[in-house]
Amino acid sequence: MSAPVITRVEDMPAVTSLRRKDLLGIADLAPDEISLVLETAEAMKEIGSRPIKKVPALRGKTVVNLFFEPSTRTRTSFEIAEKRLSADTLNIAIASSSVVKGETLADTALNLEAMQPDMIVLRHSSSGACHLLARICRSAIINAGDGMHEHPTQALLDAFTIRERKQRLAGLKVAIVGDLLHSRVLRSNIHLLTKMGADVWVCGPPTLFPTDITRFGVRATSRVDEAVADADVIMLLRIQLERMEGAFFPSLREYFNVFGMTEARLRLAKPDVIIMHPGPMNRGVEIASEVADGPFSVILDQVANGVAVRMAVLYLLAGGAEHETAA
Amino acid sequence: MPVVMDADRIARTLTRIAHEIVERNKGVDDLALVGVRTRGVHLARRLARTLKEITGDDVPTGALDITLYRDDLMRHAVGPQPLVRRTEIPFSIDDRKILLVDDVLYTGRTTRAALDALIDFGRPRGIQLIVLVDRGHRELPIKADYVGKNLPTAPDQSVQVCLQETDNRDEVVLQQGGAA
Amino acid sequence: MKRLLKGGRVIDPVNGIDGIHDVLIDGERIAAVGRDLPIDDASVIEIPAGLIVCPGFIDIHVHLREPGQEHKETVASGTASAVAGGFTAVACMPNTTPVNDDANVTAYILSKAAEANLARVYPIGAVSRGSQGELLADIAELKNAGCVAITDDGHPVKTALLMRRAMEYAGMFGMPVIEHCEDASLKGDGVAHEGYVAATLGLRGMPGACEALGVERGILLSELTGSAFHVAHMSARASLRAVRKGKEAGVRVTCEVAPHHFTLTDEALNSPVPYDTNTKMNPPLREAADRDAMLSGIADGSVDVIATDHAPHHYDEKQVEFDRAPFGIVGLETAVPLSLDRLVHAGRIRLPRLVELLSVNPARILGIAGGSLSAGVAADVTILAPDLRVRIDAARLRSRSKNTPFDGWELRGGVAATFVGGRPLFVNSEAALAV
Repeated sequence: MSAPVITRVEDMPAVTSLRRKDLLGIADLAPDEISLVLETAEAMKEIGSRPIKKVPALRGKTVVNLFFEPSTRTRTSFEIAEKRLSADTLNIAIASSSVVKGETLADTALNLEAMQPDMIVLRHSSSGACHLLARICRSAIINAGDGMHEHPTQALLDAFTIRERKQRLAGLKVAIVGDLLHSRVLRSNIHLLTKMGADVWVCGPPTLFPTDITRFGVRATSRVDEAVADADVIMLLRIQLERMEGAFFPSLREYFNVFGMTEARLRLAKPDVIIMHPGPMNRGVEIASEVADGPFSVILDQVANGVAVRMAVLYLLAGGAEHETAA
Repeated sequence: MPVVMDADRIARTLTRIAHEIVERNKGVDDLALVGVRTRGVHLARRLARTLKEITGDDVPTGALDITLYRDDLMRHAVGPQPLVRRTEIPFSIDDRKILLVDDVLYTGRTTRAALDALIDFGRPRGIQLIVLVDRGHRELPIKADYVGKNLPTAPDQSVQVCLQETDNRDEVVLQQGGAA
Repeated sequence: MKRLLKGGRVIDPVNGIDGIHDVLIDGERIAAVGRDLPIDDASVIEIPAGLIVCPGFIDIHVHLREPGQEHKETVASGTASAVAGGFTAVACMPNTTPVNDDANVTAYILSKAAEANLARVYPIGAVSRGSQGELLADIAELKNAGCVAITDDGHPVKTALLMRRAMEYAGMFGMPVIEHCEDASLKGDGVAHEGYVAATLGLRGMPGACEALGVERGILLSELTGSAFHVAHMSARASLRAVRKGKEAGVRVTCEVAPHHFTLTDEALNSPVPYDTNTKMNPPLREAADRDAMLSGIADGSVDVIATDHAPHHYDEKQVEFDRAPFGIVGLETAVPLSLDRLVHAGRIRLPRLVELLSVNPARILGIAGGSLSAGVAADVTILAPDLRVRIDAARLRSRSKNTPFDGWELRGGVAATFVGGRPLFVNSEAALAV
């Protein structure tokens, strides 16, 4: 067998594993770990273009998709990723009412654990749910979105998409517009982009700013023109109808007028700007249809890249035995 | 550290293998080279160049990363996952004769993984194995069709293949201790 | 039986005593405090150097959970935890099941306390029926049954109008209204202090202003009615500011701070264990400026009382997502070590002030016996070992519940012994005190 013989520094992998058992958030990752995921995702992406879109890397491993919140997009993406790696997948969609009636998250997890899944992909409406699971379970836990806290694989696929188009992350001006307070996608993206050296601007109504937003290392403004001026990347976040009822802003029409991404606003950005949205989109609220379907949009690329990035994460966390957990 | 093959020897060996390829396959029609990452790829490219010089024809060349097919993948007691790199096979392998190229043939497990990977890409008419060094100690029933040098080794020795493209020099070294 | 506590440093601020004295206990009462008292037929307990003899500590904010929530705590386990923590008396909150809004529940609690026969129990009754905030509870009946104050603790009194009426009515009996100060609409479904840490963790926040609004309301109504208003578990600097101004203006406002609010900040929610539900309580752990304000209020006298808000919860109830976990931590057995370590040894206050905070003022505010070692009063005595190295061990707490964020903490200062009515109900074997 030919083992890779290392005689040059360039041949030495900077890091070839994540220094942790679980992926709970971008906040815990170091920049070299993020790079590792993105580089591995590149290799994974190629598998999707083969006639047989499958490799045996996770053969015999059981991955449970435990979704307490409904989700088609993310769950399907994970499922495809798992199957492409030849893992056995199990989808559990729990209607929230059954949790209210009976079993606690901890008990659900312990019962699952008894069947020895190798990995659990968890989406839950409470921030920190994945941390609870990671403390209880020996399986590797992947956070597919916990409450308002983080959605790390979304940020990773966003970064992958940006790098694909722009060949880098450092130094780019990235404007993120939307419901910043409630968005886990925002938090994960802020962590990742600032760690990788991007210049991040967040924009929305002040009612939707998390406290002390600038402590996250970003510029904050309520003026969308300021945020998108000369931007390399514009990321739109979903506005939920319920927020209107919580008196965060008066109406969706007003939101669109003040913050919606229109072609006119787009022209303030760089000529090769890319438009991103984690989905699902509210056309006519945070983004105009023409922009969503226009030439600058990479929204569908994001979806495609989601599978490759999730394959990379599954692969990197799946390694046979105990990984050292981060201190 | 005894140098088993120097740059000159490597060059002549590859030329000899190229001629053997042409002779055995009666030309280079329907042939394609696929190198196993990392050094196999460079060897494959060199062979392609030599084959072009000999026959005037281009032989399609690809690069195969077999990491995800390894049989020891999830069994590491401690330590990192191997880094996965891109596979680039920009041609159809259906009905072609694939020349699989690797630097060292040892237990045969890498070749087994490469065969599994190739089969997932299509249905070649045949696969032939080219190695620069065969150091014995097979653990699977794998045999090379073209061998640069047969090198009997002890299990506690390792064979290091250095190539200009990755290591700034061409030589094959036999070392006491080490993984390969 | 007579006991002579001999040669310890006695701190009794009410009687102006701070120095080496003997304390003679005769049966259930203090017989005398003086220098070199004659031994006669008393059994002598030598107080080793360094130990402090004080009037018994009184915790005026404790949830004993009985009736109705005995899986968390009972009067028996709660009062056992109290004496282990150095408390000779506790005042217990009415948010039991059923709520303590009538004489029957009060009587039940008192009978359980008598049965346990450990720390004294002073029930606090509800302001409104079922604490629903609509109709006043039968306050006179509660007073006659033995309640010493009223509160709808767990939440604020629903309306200003009801609060006014409660103050006027309770004022008739000289009972203070104790208020969990909060603006419900601003609190919303918050679970943590609104700040950078909550933003990072994605938790809904409640700003300090939320508590301060309730404090301001209470102070204004106290001024209006002339009745005593006590701020429960104060945590925000804006609240302290309001209390100071109220006191300056002569309003009858008092306040208490719990040890976790002068020790921890919201950073504890993220580290060492992220989303640790043992850092979830209401009012929440706040940012450093608020914690520091509590320390300064304790030092300068604006804060009257240290009270634990001892809130036991069963392990299963806390082993859930942060959002869903109930608010509260236990505190009876960590209060004294935290107070000695973080207040006295940190140089912020001296021991006499600590005795005021834990004994003198609590007794005065509730109008109950205690707070001094005067001759003839009940022999409720707390003996402190200020230099004892203490390691908090959650598994060995006497409370039924172990929900504390201080597990494993090493602190300097602990309880050597607790006497209630002359009986040594708790003796710390590690304090070298031979009882």
